[in-house]
Amino acid sequence: MNEPLLQVKNLCTSFKVDSGEVRAVNGISFNLDKGRVLGIVGESGSGKSVTAYSIMRILVEPGRITGGQILFNGEDIVQYSKKQMREFRGKRVSIIFQDPMTSLNPVYTIGNQLREAIMLHTDRNRAQADERALEMLKLVGVNSPEQRLKQYPFELSGGMRQRIMIAMALCCEPDILIADEPTTALDVTIQAQILELMQELQKKLGMAIIMITHDLGVIADMCDEIIVMYAGRICERGTADEIFYNPRHEYTKGLLRSIPRLDTNHARLIPISGSPVDLTNMPKGCAFASRCDNCMKICLSELPEELDINDCHKASCWMNVKQVYEEAKGGIAK
Amino acid sequence: MLKYTIKRVLLAIVTVFIISAVTFFAMNAIPGGPFSKEKAPDPAVQAALEARFNLDKPVGQQYLIYLKNLAHGDFGISLKTGRDISQIIREKFSVSAKLGGMAAACAIVLGLVLGSTAALCRNRWPDRLIIFLTTLFVSVPSFILATILLLVFALQLKWVGVFSTENPNYVLPVISLMLYPMSYITRLTKSSMLDVLGQDYIRTARAKGVREGFVIFKHALRNALIPVVTYVGPMIAGILTGSMVIETVFTIGGLGTEFVRSINNQDYPMIMATTIFLAVLMVIATLISDLVYKLIDPKITFD
Amino acid sequence: MNYNTDKLPRKQLLSLQLDLSKFEMASEDEKAQHETMRESTTFFRDGMRKLRKNPLAMMSLIVLFCLVLTIVVVPMFYPYSYEQMITVNGKRDKTAKNLAPMTYSKNEMKAIEEGQKIFPHLFGTDELCRDYFIRVLYGARVSLAVGLFASLIVLVIGLLYGSISGYFGGKVDMVMMRIVDIIYSLPDTLMVVLLSVVLNQILGSALQGTILARVGNNMISLFIVFGVLYWVGMARLVRGQILSIKTNEYVLAARALGAKSGRIIRRHILPNCMSVIFISVALQIPSAIFTESFLSFIGLGVQAPMPSLGSLANAARGGMQSYPYKMVFPAIIICLIVLSFNLLGDGLRDAFDPKLRR
Repeated sequence: MNEPLLQVKNLCTSFKVDSGEVRAVNGISFNLDKGRVLGIVGESGSGKSVTAYSIMRILVEPGRITGGQILFNGEDIVQYSKKQMREFRGKRVSIIFQDPMTSLNPVYTIGNQLREAIMLHTDRNRAQADERALEMLKLVGVNSPEQRLKQYPFELSGGMRQRIMIAMALCCEPDILIADEPTTALDVTIQAQILELMQELQKKLGMAIIMITHDLGVIADMCDEIIVMYAGRICERGTADEIFYNPRHEYTKGLLRSIPRLDTNHARLIPISGSPVDLTNMPKGCAFASRCDNCMKICLSELPEELDINDCHKASCWMNVKQVYEEAKGGIAK
Repeated sequence: MLKYTIKRVLLAIVTVFIISAVTFFAMNAIPGGPFSKEKAPDPAVQAALEARFNLDKPVGQQYLIYLKNLAHGDFGISLKTGRDISQIIREKFSVSAKLGGMAAACAIVLGLVLGSTAALCRNRWPDRLIIFLTTLFVSVPSFILATILLLVFALQLKWVGVFSTENPNYVLPVISLMLYPMSYITRLTKSSMLDVLGQDYIRTARAKGVREGFVIFKHALRNALIPVVTYVGPMIAGILTGSMVIETVFTIGGLGTEFVRSINNQDYPMIMATTIFLAVLMVIATLISDLVYKLIDPKITFD
Repeated sequence: MNYNTDKLPRKQLLSLQLDLSKFEMASEDEKAQHETMRESTTFFRDGMRKLRKNPLAMMSLIVLFCLVLTIVVVPMFYPYSYEQMITVNGKRDKTAKNLAPMTYSKNEMKAIEEGQKIFPHLFGTDELCRDYFIRVLYGARVSLAVGLFASLIVLVIGLLYGSISGYFGGKVDMVMMRIVDIIYSLPDTLMVVLLSVVLNQILGSALQGTILARVGNNMISLFIVFGVLYWVGMARLVRGQILSIKTNEYVLAARALGAKSGRIIRRHILPNCMSVIFISVALQIPSAIFTESFLSFIGLGVQAPMPSLGSLANAARGGMQSYPYKMVFPAIIICLIVLSFNLLGDGLRDAFDPKLRR
């Protein structure tokens, strides 16, 4: 049987702070197959980025993976040694970050930083590494690449820097590229260019992508599968079509109502009221309950389990259970 | 960069002029000339003496003459010893420079190492120990620290020799002189290092698979050094003044001892000359550290 | 639509068959109760909580409090004076020279044998037969007073200058800051020494007969020096704070509502930079105490017979080997004071500095 490239099983990550334990990720599981694009959506603080950092194991103190497994080709990287992990990062899985302005080291040239990444994971010598760096810059569509190699990050624009980050992430041909809100800090026009570039590179190089964003619009036509996260849990997952046209979780519906759409005639956008839950003190039941318009009594006391809506769509919402129950009852009545 | 350099050099020159003016006019404001103080000799002799030292001219003119002499390296004559001051300074400063140089080098090296260690072991015992000790060191006036070190290690335990001209043992003087700047650099390095370690590019380096040691020494330390460099100028100034205390305590015949002695003897030309000399040194040190700061931080050069 | 009921978790299915009422809509009250809100804290309360949790800072506060209490209260009923020789039966006791702590002089022993009660010399006596404990207490008084007063001068001048410069900006700011730049580039310790030398001589004659003479012209010149030189750091700090706060929307909002400059400075800007200024003052005090002890060392400190911790320790250097206690007591007190202020300042910064907050 074909094993998925990456399997995340019941991952829990938390941060110990003065006021308690911030449980940023609370037992999430998902699979990623070779060459597929997975989108993770949710508002700030929903645990998207922490999930990404957990996969790379680049959480900073006091963050820690407290449970679960992350299987890459069947091997649990949570158990990896520091050395194994170093060889894993950048080589097998790469990441690009939200803010290209601060993600490059200001005191080294672009060439230096690219070369470092290449020489870490391949046995190219300096000259070969420089050659590869140049090749990568051409690949990501940087103009006058020879000159760029000698420049410092502050001399480049945000979009250019993000292209360089992508070049750096892809220079060792990783199997998975994690993009942590890669376009959030960029202008809208640049956003589209970067997304286009990523799609193009994905087709060319065939790596799998985990695309993390709070912007549903960004991933609509890029992702094979979308995961919607809230308060460190997955509340709904499915193909892009299913999530967009048949949302089955109140939170997803809320998210969709709050983005502008061209194809429907919503008079206005409807924001989700309230604010995200306090992760140090998670309530019983569904974390979204207090902000939900259709909140039921059971939502306040019991955690909904994931329910298959169809073959390519799952959601964790009591509304679905209610619906099934009512239909079943209706069937009996008939 | 050029514009900045010119601006800084100009400011330094203005500062040197102000220092010389403040020093000169302040000294002249002290009531009673140098020759009226002692039992006044013959008025004729006094007049001759005053003419010899240009004291009969208006103060402004005296200042200009003084500046002209300074430019020729002539600081005048010490009232107490009658010796040429520029010669005294040349002689004594070599001792002070040696002491100060050693202290500065030790302070920088140890400060950087301890500061980085504290940042990397944040909230564990090495961090707590280092921060406790450095806080303690900045809380003891240097002459007390030096006296205690002298008493305990040289006179009681006899681990190190006492400084003397025949047997110059610089261990204790250097330690006493270095502890304050070292502690300061340690604390500065720690906070700067912590700041840098929280930056996004450190995360990028880790995500590339860079070894932790390289993350710290290649990616973090170079950035963390930038604010530390700005302290080097003030540190030189601190060491020069600190050296007054340390040299006196250990009876090292350097410029510091000479300065303290001239204050106690009210040897005004000597005070004036030493102040101006040390001040110019400090201004130059600050100027250089500011320029180096601009050089190593590529971000700032284009602002 | 086809829902595969087999895939419904069994337990849930059972429970849902048992308890239909759970699927009723929840009321707003129930929803509100469900959400456990984070306790709301103010900036100040949060800072105080952090400060209280910092054992070093709290210890420093207690040490400083005890110290201040001692140096204020004890001299009121202490039987010896800091400037007078010890007397036995109304006569000067010349045998009470350089006594070790807790010992009595020959004359005092005699008096004790005669049945008199004599208060012990806690820290011994000095070479002029004066009780050392009270001298150290007075020294601590003087040193603390110098520190507080000098910091106060720095605070007042720096605050005024910095807020004017920062608030008005433009040309005013440029001129004012160039002046600050120049003063800042002067080597401070050297200038302190120079000004002290000069002011000592000038003030010596000018102050004679006034109340200020009692304070000593060295102290006065020290304060003048602080007033002339050390305020620039504070002025820069205040200006920087104001410049960054000035751009905030709430200041713009206040101006849009027609608030006057003075009101904006008082109501909006100062409260917001108070914490940083406060921390800086706390750290200024030990630096002033240091400067005083340095000046004492080179012979420009407070006037005899008035002691300061610095001058006491410096005077004790000569007899260090024979009478180490004379060095140790003032040294310990000075370290205790400076260390406490440093730790307190660090604690305040950790608790209140907005830049360090996460």
